[in-house]
Amino acid sequence: MHPASSVIVFTVLSGFGFGCLFWLAIGLPDLMGLDAFVYYAIAFAVSVVGLVSSTFHLGNPQRALRAFTQWQTSWLSREACLSVIALVVMGLHAILVIFFGTNLQWLGILGAFFCLATVLATAMIYVQLKTVPRWNHMGNLVMFLLLSLTGGAIFTGSDWVVHLLIATALLQVGVWVYGDGRFAASGSTIESATQLGSLGQVRLFEAPHSGSNYLLKEMVHIIGRKHAVKLRFIALLLMSVVPALLAMMMPLSVVVLVVIAGIHIAGVMASRWLFFAEAEHVVGLYYDKR
Amino acid sequence: MAPYSQPQIDTSPVVSDEIRKTTCYMCACRCGINVHMKDGKVAYIEGNRDHPVNQGVLCAKGSAGIMQVNAPSRLKAPLKRVGPRGSGQFEEISWEEALSLATDWLEPVHKSAPEKLAFFTGRDQSQSFTSLWAQSFGTPNYAAHGGFCSVNMAAGGIYTMGGAFWEFGQPDWENTKLFMLFGVAEDHDSNPIKMGLGRLKERGARVIGVNPIRSGYNAVADDWVGITPGTDGLFILSMIHCLLKAGKVDLDYLARFTNASALVIDAPGADTHGLLLRNADNKLQVLDRKTGKLADFDQKGVHPDLAAQHKLDGTTYRTVFQHLADQYLDDAYAPEAVAEQCGISADQIRTIASELARVAFDEAIEIQQSWTDFRGETHEVMVGRPVSFHAMRGISAHSNGFQTCRSLHLLQILLGSVEVPGGFRFKPPYPKPVSAHPKPHCKVTPGAPLDGPHLGYVSGPDDLCLTEEGQPARIDKAYSWDNPMSAHGLMHMVISNAHAGDPYDIDVLFMYMANMSWNSSMNTRGVMDMLTDKNDDGSYVIPKIIYSDAYSSEMVAYADLILPDTTYLERHDCISLLDRPICEADAAADAIRWPVIEPDRDVRGFQSVLCDLGARLGLQAFTNEDGSAKYADYGDYITNHQRRPGVGPLAGFRGTEGDSFGRGDVNPDQLDRYIENGGFAIQHVPDEGAYYKPWNKAYQNWAVEIGLYDAPQPYVFDVYCEPLRKFQIAAEGFGERQPPDHLRDRIKETLTPLPVWYAPFEDAAADAETYPLHALTQRPMAMYHSWGTQNAWLRQIHGVNPLYVSEAVWNEHGFSDGDWAEVTSLHGSITVPVALMRGLNDRTVWTWNAIGKRKGAWALDEDAPEATKGFLLNHLIHELLPAKGDGLRWANSDPVTGQAAWFDLRVRIAKSEAPSESQPSFDAIASPVGKGPEMVRQQVRANKGARS
Amino acid sequence: MTQLPPPSEVKLGLVIDLDTCVGCHACVVSCKGWNTENYGVPLSDMDAYGSNPVGTFLNRIHSFDVQPETGPAQTVHFPKSCLHCEDAPCVTVCPTGASYKRAEDGIVLVNEDHCIGCGLCAWACPYGAREMDAAAGVMKKCTLCVDRIYNENLEEVDRVPACVRTCPSGARHFGDLGDPNSEVSLLVAARDGVDLMPEQGTKPVNKYLPPRKKDQLVQPAGTGCGGHMEEVAAEPKGFLAWLDKSLEAL
Repeated sequence: MHPASSVIVFTVLSGFGFGCLFWLAIGLPDLMGLDAFVYYAIAFAVSVVGLVSSTFHLGNPQRALRAFTQWQTSWLSREACLSVIALVVMGLHAILVIFFGTNLQWLGILGAFFCLATVLATAMIYVQLKTVPRWNHMGNLVMFLLLSLTGGAIFTGSDWVVHLLIATALLQVGVWVYGDGRFAASGSTIESATQLGSLGQVRLFEAPHSGSNYLLKEMVHIIGRKHAVKLRFIALLLMSVVPALLAMMMPLSVVVLVVIAGIHIAGVMASRWLFFAEAEHVVGLYYDKR
Repeated sequence: MAPYSQPQIDTSPVVSDEIRKTTCYMCACRCGINVHMKDGKVAYIEGNRDHPVNQGVLCAKGSAGIMQVNAPSRLKAPLKRVGPRGSGQFEEISWEEALSLATDWLEPVHKSAPEKLAFFTGRDQSQSFTSLWAQSFGTPNYAAHGGFCSVNMAAGGIYTMGGAFWEFGQPDWENTKLFMLFGVAEDHDSNPIKMGLGRLKERGARVIGVNPIRSGYNAVADDWVGITPGTDGLFILSMIHCLLKAGKVDLDYLARFTNASALVIDAPGADTHGLLLRNADNKLQVLDRKTGKLADFDQKGVHPDLAAQHKLDGTTYRTVFQHLADQYLDDAYAPEAVAEQCGISADQIRTIASELARVAFDEAIEIQQSWTDFRGETHEVMVGRPVSFHAMRGISAHSNGFQTCRSLHLLQILLGSVEVPGGFRFKPPYPKPVSAHPKPHCKVTPGAPLDGPHLGYVSGPDDLCLTEEGQPARIDKAYSWDNPMSAHGLMHMVISNAHAGDPYDIDVLFMYMANMSWNSSMNTRGVMDMLTDKNDDGSYVIPKIIYSDAYSSEMVAYADLILPDTTYLERHDCISLLDRPICEADAAADAIRWPVIEPDRDVRGFQSVLCDLGARLGLQAFTNEDGSAKYADYGDYITNHQRRPGVGPLAGFRGTEGDSFGRGDVNPDQLDRYIENGGFAIQHVPDEGAYYKPWNKAYQNWAVEIGLYDAPQPYVFDVYCEPLRKFQIAAEGFGERQPPDHLRDRIKETLTPLPVWYAPFEDAAADAETYPLHALTQRPMAMYHSWGTQNAWLRQIHGVNPLYVSEAVWNEHGFSDGDWAEVTSLHGSITVPVALMRGLNDRTVWTWNAIGKRKGAWALDEDAPEATKGFLLNHLIHELLPAKGDGLRWANSDPVTGQAAWFDLRVRIAKSEAPSESQPSFDAIASPVGKGPEMVRQQVRANKGARS
Repeated sequence: MTQLPPPSEVKLGLVIDLDTCVGCHACVVSCKGWNTENYGVPLSDMDAYGSNPVGTFLNRIHSFDVQPETGPAQTVHFPKSCLHCEDAPCVTVCPTGASYKRAEDGIVLVNEDHCIGCGLCAWACPYGAREMDAAAGVMKKCTLCVDRIYNENLEEVDRVPACVRTCPSGARHFGDLGDPNSEVSLLVAARDGVDLMPEQGTKPVNKYLPPRKKDQLVQPAGTGCGGHMEEVAAEPKGFLAWLDKSLEAL
């Protein structure tokens, strides 16, 4: 799949932002007043930047409001609805905390729920797609949630940071290894795509058009194997290993946390780039491109 | 959940304001089209359901016509060259200036030496008109592009059976049970063949494809014969060998309807040896099996004897059939003897031969329809042999193409499957034997018309176009000893001969729709050099070049004066019975084009321009007695010209009432009547005349009635082609007109009266070790030569053309995806992208034809893939064979017709570093029309105009 | 709306005969022409005369070569457009309700006025049936010529999709695949029509008729002109005797 930067920024930042809001919602840390204002402001800003960036890849963003209508069937619509609910609930929560010094626990739990639900819906946009076997399993769902929680944990300087970072590393490796076999396991082949397998071994002789097209640009992204391995290594290092080592070795001061967050986000970006770039859509079979 | 709801949409929108019915021109197929108009603009084009050719269907090219009509490459106004030739630098001039200039150039030529004009038209569909103009001008140097294209097919057919495949005949799609297709990739008759294949597939009839390349029609063939190029003739003769051995030939058909029962004179050493026995009136003689006596072949009640042997005055006569059996029963034609050379198994040859026999004889069909033959015998039923064939360039564009075409026709005839139910059927005005065609004319008189039509069919040396000194009379050397039966002229030789001044210099080269400096020439770079070559005094070797085209093609840059033509929707045309009509086997038909839109540029239909130019030059056919112009424009000509009294360009709606077909007075409303009728006129063949047309009284009478002939002209098929024997006799030293010595042996070997196979000439020069591969081009179905490239829709389908190689070659050279290769022939080398194709003869490489473009042409960006990755195979082919050391340069063409032998090409291939672009590459030419827009988003809304 | 309607009785779709398609691209271009002028925004072509022309097409023809275990490789031309699936994943993923499946005939359409151009439906489609128009930013797809098949301004015979009307070889058939007795259903039954990528669970309405077996014309090896053709004579003289005898029999 084409690794569009707007979608990478969207998923990474909104995941991170809602992770931050999640930790704030459950009162870890339990902040009040100006401190709370700063934390909430950053968490909201990151979430909103992420969400807004998702509209950059739309052909007609002026109609984006329509995306709130189909929550019954569409994970993308659900994601839109949930994110707004999460922001509203967490906005209320923030106002009460910052300006009234009141932390309504039930409201916080509700907010936390919607934050995670939003991340879950974001993940489901991809996980639901049978057409992209690498995405189409629950490991990715957990990965999105775990990254969101980890991001929030870094942001809030949680005691769980190191554990979560180690968990992301382990899960990431698992998702990669499992994902590598997904396409083959899906049963979709050039023979099933063309139903010509009973005649013999099939290959593309001529593509329909000699030039490119939307499908090829959007859904057929070929990445060299060596290149992918190198990127995986870098992603893992930045996303999990380096932040975990830093968190273990350094006191979790604000400066250190900012550095860790920066490195981690860069790593998640790399991982997310690979999430798209390595994902193969079955339509590539019709172009004999995998 | 809410109840299901969905948007309300308008499922009955207005389709268009108006439909205008005209004829497509996106290839030579000439389908009827419905042009949907919105707000006076072309909005959508679809096939015309009522039209005889396409019955509603339309191919990719036709459906993309709107992009042709709106193409940014359309020329906008007459152009006069201001830079050097080949630079593409022009200034726009007025029509008056353009026509005055053309008149200034042509008038002195017409008055003093008309042969110094060479007037050649390319994909011209108005040849009966352009030839009349040339004839009236007085030059012998006129032809269209048939010599480059497929004259072997036309001549092979006419000389054998009085008609050819091309679009002049068709399989009996409704009745045939086995269809065999040779070497066809989207040639003539493209939509009818697809429709026919569809009919066969519906019935599950068998299709056999013979082609080194398994694409297109061959992809749907049930059985594929991946033959080695240039060996089709050998394969066919081997099948003939098998059929004769098994006695699976239609003896009754051969005896009655062919000259297989004619008597061959056996008089070695005499000038009659090998000719056919004729009486004093030159009537072909046969031995009547009933009486045992000689009789005229067409005498009432005669039953010609195939097995006859006759002796008279010490001379022996044996039938053609016995000669034929002697020749092809020879073991040299046994499947085992030819299989390796053909690149197929002996088993496959045998199997197909026996399948042909099985279907032809065991599955013979009968139609309950009586008919009367030319000998007066009435037959109660029409017996059919339901095997049919079609072939085009794959077999004809070889130096052995003429004889290969003849071989195929011989096979058809032996099976009794021509003009019978289930077999091959002619379309009017065919059948038409050699004797019914004109002979070629070349007698020049300054200031006066030529003595007759340029092109025709020779019957022997006396008909050649030679000067009194025995030199070629035509600039292209058509109808000379080099290629005596060059029925379509030799467009591909014009520029090189004119450049060499051989046989003489010319003053003006005048061409129409012929992309000679690019894909319509062999040796493309050489042609560019010849067109730009200068004498010592700085003048051009070819002094003046006038060119007419509707588009900014590569050739535009090489002309001095450009006469911009219209697009096909902006013009009048007639698809005439005098020319290459749109008939079906069951009907005579013709059609028109008419201006469904007016040009928005300063352009004029080329034929209208010729009417004007003809009048300015005072040409007889274009000038009234008072010196005024005879025709206001081409539409006026179409309506008012009469070739013979009562017979004009259009057959339909003649007479003052507009109710007669074929013959009738001029009808001033004729074009309007055509428009009302959907752009065409049609007249059906009577049921009794549907088959056996060359011998069928009912058909012959009908043909006379509608003016195809002036008297019935039944004939028999020339299994044995006597005119060829006459050239051999001359080569043996008899007769006044003698070939040059160096050609004698070749004429004896290749102009044989019974079909023969010999290796393609290039094989002799290119040894199989150095040049192990055959290289071919195929026309893609979605493109028509260069014209498709300027089309924003079609160029997305074929924007580059890799060289396809077989798996054997792919592995041998260790190719992988994205590789490039250097391909080398005797003549040159190219470096191009390669790709794998598995359904391909092991020793053949191929590419799509004419995708490669010159930078700057066709209003494309200079970095268009057509210019950077596309390529022409033409660079590897020369119009001459390599020097043999005999001091002569032999033409790379068929020795009978002069057909360019571009499929003889032999090459070798080697992996190469990827160059920055295909090699050879050429500098950009300046575009006289600028570049096309960034985006195309064509939509016309009814009565609101273009949305964007 | 992007809920799927209850399964319709009428299931309009195409049957594509791979044994007959010669790969001429007529359907591709005819579709382009009709749909540029009709339903929704025109199908644009970017860089139309440049180095990388990319346009929107709703129907494209792939060409495959297939190597059987024995015998020569075959070439198969393979037209592909929207299959109007019964379980159309492209519909349910749509966040705005622009994508929908018609309740009455099962045609899958995009209401372009509601389309935000997110591209998710194209991702959800296994067949590559949807293409985003680069100029308009809305998703385009085969409409089964919904503006032809019911169009009262067209003659009845012309109320078929443009691709079917134009197909020169008759490789494309249009009809109701929900009716087991329709011509298209009978054709599918007779020729063992198949679904593409059945493992995707989309239940396509369009069916493909596989190529018939090729290169079956083989006979046992032998010499001369064997097979079922017996030789009439071993010697040329014998041939003449046969000829004479045969002519007598005529």
